[in-house]
Order: sequence, then C-alpha cells, then structure tokens
Amino acid sequence: MLKKISTIPFNGTPEQKAKLDAVIAECKDDKSQLMHVMQEAQGIYGYLPREVQVMIAEGMDIPLEKIYGVATFYAQFSLSPKGEYDISVCLGTACYVKGAQPIIDKISEILGIEPGECTADGKFSLEECRCIGACGLAPVFTINGEVYGKITADDVPGILAKYMN
Amino acid sequence: MENAVNIKINGFDYQVPAGSTILEAAHSVGIEIPTLCYLKEINAIGACRICVVEVKGARSLVAACVFPVNEGMEIFTNTPKVIEARKTTLELILSTHKKECLSCVRSGSCELQKLCHEYGIEDENAFSGDFVNYDIDRSATHMYRDNEKCILCRRCVAVCDKTQAVSVIGANARGFDTHIGSAFKYGLGDVACISCGQCITACPTGALAERDDTQKVFDALNDPTKHVVVQTAPAVRVGLGEEFGYEMGTVVTGKMVSALKMLGFDGVFDTNFAADLTIMEEATEFLARFKEGKNLPLITSCSPGWVKYCEHYYPDFIKNLSSCKSPQGMFGSVAKTFYAEKMGIDPKDIFVVSVMPCTAKKFEAERTDYSAVKGLADIDASITVRELARMIKKAGINFRAIPDAEFDAPFGLGSGAGTIFGATGGVMEAALRTAYEVVTGKELTDLATFKAVRGVEGVKEASYDLDGVTVNVAVASGLANAKKVLEMVKSGEKKYDFIEIMACPGGCVNGGGQPIVPASVRNFEDVRALRAAGLYNDDANLPVRKSHENADVKAIYDEFFGEPGSHKAHDILHTGYTERKVY
Repeated sequence: MLKKISTIPFNGTPEQKAKLDAVIAECKDDKSQLMHVMQEAQGIYGYLPREVQVMIAEGMDIPLEKIYGVATFYAQFSLSPKGEYDISVCLGTACYVKGAQPIIDKISEILGIEPGECTADGKFSLEECRCIGACGLAPVFTINGEVYGKITADDVPGILAKYMN
Repeated sequence: MENAVNIKINGFDYQVPAGSTILEAAHSVGIEIPTLCYLKEINAIGACRICVVEVKGARSLVAACVFPVNEGMEIFTNTPKVIEARKTTLELILSTHKKECLSCVRSGSCELQKLCHEYGIEDENAFSGDFVNYDIDRSATHMYRDNEKCILCRRCVAVCDKTQAVSVIGANARGFDTHIGSAFKYGLGDVACISCGQCITACPTGALAERDDTQKVFDALNDPTKHVVVQTAPAVRVGLGEEFGYEMGTVVTGKMVSALKMLGFDGVFDTNFAADLTIMEEATEFLARFKEGKNLPLITSCSPGWVKYCEHYYPDFIKNLSSCKSPQGMFGSVAKTFYAEKMGIDPKDIFVVSVMPCTAKKFEAERTDYSAVKGLADIDASITVRELARMIKKAGINFRAIPDAEFDAPFGLGSGAGTIFGATGGVMEAALRTAYEVVTGKELTDLATFKAVRGVEGVKEASYDLDGVTVNVAVASGLANAKKVLEMVKSGEKKYDFIEIMACPGGCVNGGGQPIVPASVRNFEDVRALRAAGLYNDDANLPVRKSHENADVKAIYDEFFGEPGSHKAHDILHTGYTERKVY
C-alpha cells in the first residue's frame, strides 16, 4: 500500500534532535544500523517526516532516497505523525469478517482522514492494524490503547465525541 | 585452460573459465541467453527472471546472470519449460506496461519489445488486471520519466548509485505499488540529480528518455529570420554512425557534416575548434595557478554533469574548478560575438544548436548567468546524438549514401587534441601537449608522451617532468571514481596539480546522449574502449594535433581576443559556479 506523506508542518524540538543525534553518533560508522536508527527516530518523533529522514541521511552519510525506500517498504514506518489520540482499527480475520471496514469508513468520514493520516489539528490519527488478540470482542479498535469491542459503525460517533473536546 | 571447469550446455561438452556465470559461459560458446535486469558491473540482482535456465539437479529454474558454473554442471537453455517461463515473465511485464510501441521513442531499441518479438508473444494482454497509473515526471531539464513503461529492472537505480555516487532515485513502496522515483515524490528536477543521463542509456525500455528538442531546431531552421549554426562535439562523430548501422567506433565526421548541411544549417562547425580554444584558456589558467600555487589542483570544467555534481556534493572544490566555459559554451560565446561581428549579423538572430553526446549539456545550455551577450543564451538548443539521428531520419537523408563534406570556416578546424576531448584522459592530454610547449619552449615531437592518461580505467595518475618542474595529474571518469579522488585530495593523502573529471564512465564517448547500446552488447563488449579507439585513430590521422597549432584558433586570438587569458577572453569565454544543496 502507498504510504501517505503528511502535510502537517514538522515541529521537532531541540530535545528530540539531541536524542536522535546521540543515536546517530553511536551508529554512524556502521551503515547496516540504518533500520535501527530509523526505529529509534520513529520512537523519538512518532513518525519519519522528510526533516527527520534528512537528519538521518546527513548523519549516517546514506542518500535520502535509500532511507525513504526503506521507510516506504516496511509497514512499521510511518510518514504521518500520530495524533494526540491514536485510533487503531483491527483488521485481523475475525474483526474483518465481523465488519471492521464499515467502522474504518465511518471514522474516516467523521475525521476527514484516510488510514495512515493525521488530522490537521494533530488531534486524531487513524491506522489499520493486524490482530490484537481480542477476537472474542470483534470487531475492535483502540484509542491510545483503550479497547472498544463489539462495535458497529453506528457506535463510532458517540465514542469519538468523548475525545473531541 | 587453467582454472577451467567442464560443463554441458544443451547436451554438448564445453570447457569454460571457473567462476563465470552461466550467462557468460553460454555466451563464450555461442549461446545467447536473454537478459533484462542484468547489466555487467552495474546491476546483478537476478530479479527479472528472463534469463532463467534449467540446471540438472536444481530444484527450480535458476537465473543465469548470477548463477556461477561448477564442475560437471549440466545446463539447458532452451527447453520448453524454460521458453514457457520466459514467455510468462514477458506477459506479466506487459500486463503493467504502457503499450504504445508505435510512437515510443525507444521503438526499435527497446529490449522488452525485442524479446516479445523473439519469443512470439501473441497476446499482449494475456494477463489483464490492475494497472497503476503514474504521471510522467518532466520536472528535469534534460529528461523525463514515464513509470508506466518501467519494468522495475533497477538498472537506472544501480547506475545512479554505484557508478555515479548520486543515488537520487530508488525503488519506493512495495509489492504492486513499487515504483522508481525520488524520496518524498520529488521530481527529478527538484533533487540533486546531476543530469548525466546514464540512467537513460541504462534503461531497457522507453521509461527514461532525453527531453526532445528536435522540434525547436526544426522550427529555427524553418524560420527565415534566423541564422542557424550548429556545432558537433568530438564524441558525436564516433557515436552517430551506430544509429545508421556502422560498427561501433566508426568515425563518420564527413557524412555527419554532409547531413547537417542537408538539414539546412547555415553554418556547420566543429566543437573541436572550441575544445582547442578551451585548451588555450585552460592551459594558461593552469600555468598561472601553478606558478602562484593557488587553488590547486585545477579541475577541468568541460563535463556539465561533473560541474553540477561538484556544485551539489563538493562545493568546497568549486574554487578549484577551471573558470573556462566548456567547449559547448565557448562555441556559443564566440558564435554570438566574434562570428556575429564578422558576419555582420545581430547576435539575437543567430540560433546556436549543439549536438552533444550528453544530456547534461541541455542543463548547461540553460545556465545564462555568464552569457557572452547579456540577455541572450550562448546556446539556443542542445540536442543529443540520438536526437540528431532522429532528425536525419525524419528528413529522409540516407546517411550511408551521402558523400563526405567538410566543416565550414571560421570554426571548421579542430586539432587531434580537440578530438580526444571525447574520451577520458583526453582533455588532460590535450592540455599537457600545449602546456609542455609553453613551459619548455621546446617542440613536443613524441605525441605519445602523455599516453599514461589514456584508457578506460576509472582513475589514472601520472607525473610529468616539464623541464625540471614536476606536474602531478589525475584523471577520473564516472563520479564514484571522482568521489574517490576528491576524498583523497581532501584528506591530504594525495596531492595533484591538475585533475580531469568527466561524469560519464570512459568520458563523452559513453555519454548519456550517445546511441543506446543494448545490454546484450554492453554485457560483453567495452563500449568505452571501442568508441575511444575511434577518436584516438582520428587524432593520429589529423595533420594538426596540438590545440595551439590550430590555425582557426590562432586567427581568433589575432583578430579578436588578443591572447589567451586576456580581459576580453575572460569576459566571453569564462564562467562562474553556484553552490547547490543536496537536500
């Protein structure tokens, strides 16, 4: 699947940069550490925007395109920030057959974002995930780890409303 | 045969060198195996599966391009199973290929088209299904990318990364969405691409091609108010013939000039003249810097791909770049000043066309900050050898049948030194031939004195004694090689006085604007050496082999510039550079 590139302006802090610089300093002599550095960077920033990938490219002396190639190949890397509330809809087999897609569609409709994106105000992000082991509650989704089970599309507006204000 | 292994191919016994791949072994005994993704020394990833063969005892078909032979191996290259597998691969590639073969720029030189023909693909749509649509990327000055014709062989990616150390393109996303492009969907014109065009000559299909400027040239030729002149770079004369069926390395200067005259150019001139002019200026510049010990090593600036690379990736070396315009630029500059004056034509009515073995020359032509005539570009259109061939064909000129013709005055003479500009080491050798005589005041009688800088090796070094003064020189072609040299200079490991750098491996003979050579030839022949041999023969046969002995060059200094390095020469023939970002 093609990853969405966020258009939300990057606002990394000097503290975050210092952390990433430390990781890069430790790994820069071994280019095979690229994936590790990218994982750490995503841990620090929550995602891998161009600004962060350029920092890695310059620090590791690896062309930006190679880093971007890795970032768009592996599902674990995100080019879009996580929102204050990170919504994760399970698309495991049980949830899928029990109707996870209408739930995603409903959330997309309300928030105006596609899976892999974050709202412009940085409040909500939406992603699809694989089985979270709560098949008995299918279909499920989580918001910042809090599980909502046996949901229908009609339940979605009410649940989201709790987080809106 | 030492280090040989005994193998069987299609039931016959052969002895082949140990360590060779099945592809190489089969080729050495006259059996060809098709390839698509494989490109010798550049891309060996066994990905496209078109070269599959059967090996007795192997679990499945193996990729001949990367599979090494071993003692007793039995190989089958043409069984029904192999043929069927290759056909299926072709059909699958076609299922996501924009099939506009009639109008495609690569029709006739497309490796995919050739294989489909050879394997008798009857149904272009054997597998129909999803098709990913891509916009054509026309953001770069010199070329475009049409990913709907891309077969994901990654030859362009490999040449950009390994050969040129630029790596602005790569494979992005995965699975069905995999596509070649630049990070964060930037167009090629918005990243630190150096315009060398090596990706175009590596591409097996029409996914990558030069920006076509032929219509612009035809329009100028058909405009009665324009005085249209053309120059042809040294390496064009040894490349163009291939487009008309001549053997690689054939020099076709006479027919090329003839064809250009038939196309209607008002003046057909030789860039070799401008190359000689470049040597006059650059040798003077070198000797001045050498005397002062300032901004050494001097690095040549003839190759616009290298110049752009320097501006992006090694801005610290900008001060080392020669301030001389390239021969293309020098020609345009004198056409719009000296020539305009001599002919009594307003420079704005002169349309200068260059035929170059190069795509980066299109980019160079659009640098107008240092134009000889303010407000006018030195060059109005820069076309590749491939584009000129298309023009000749379109005009119905039977290239093989036309007689030879001579270049026009006053820029019709070129020395052997100018000719060898087209090969790696050529600019250096040409400069040394002149510098030697200037420094020593003696005549250089042995023209093979500076032979050590010839040859296709990526990095060459030599030291020459010019009457008690030692000059250390280095020559690099291919930017990964240039990078090595620059790093050694940076770290202080090496100290050179003069460095020649050409962006393309082997120099302009192997430029990104030269005729396409299919992998089936490139994998077994050294294109660089074959074409360079043509130029060195040309040099050996020319009556004048030193730039400063070129009568046209002497005349332009007498009549116009005064002497090399004069104020006027600086105004018109020299240029400046800009630091550019990588990201």
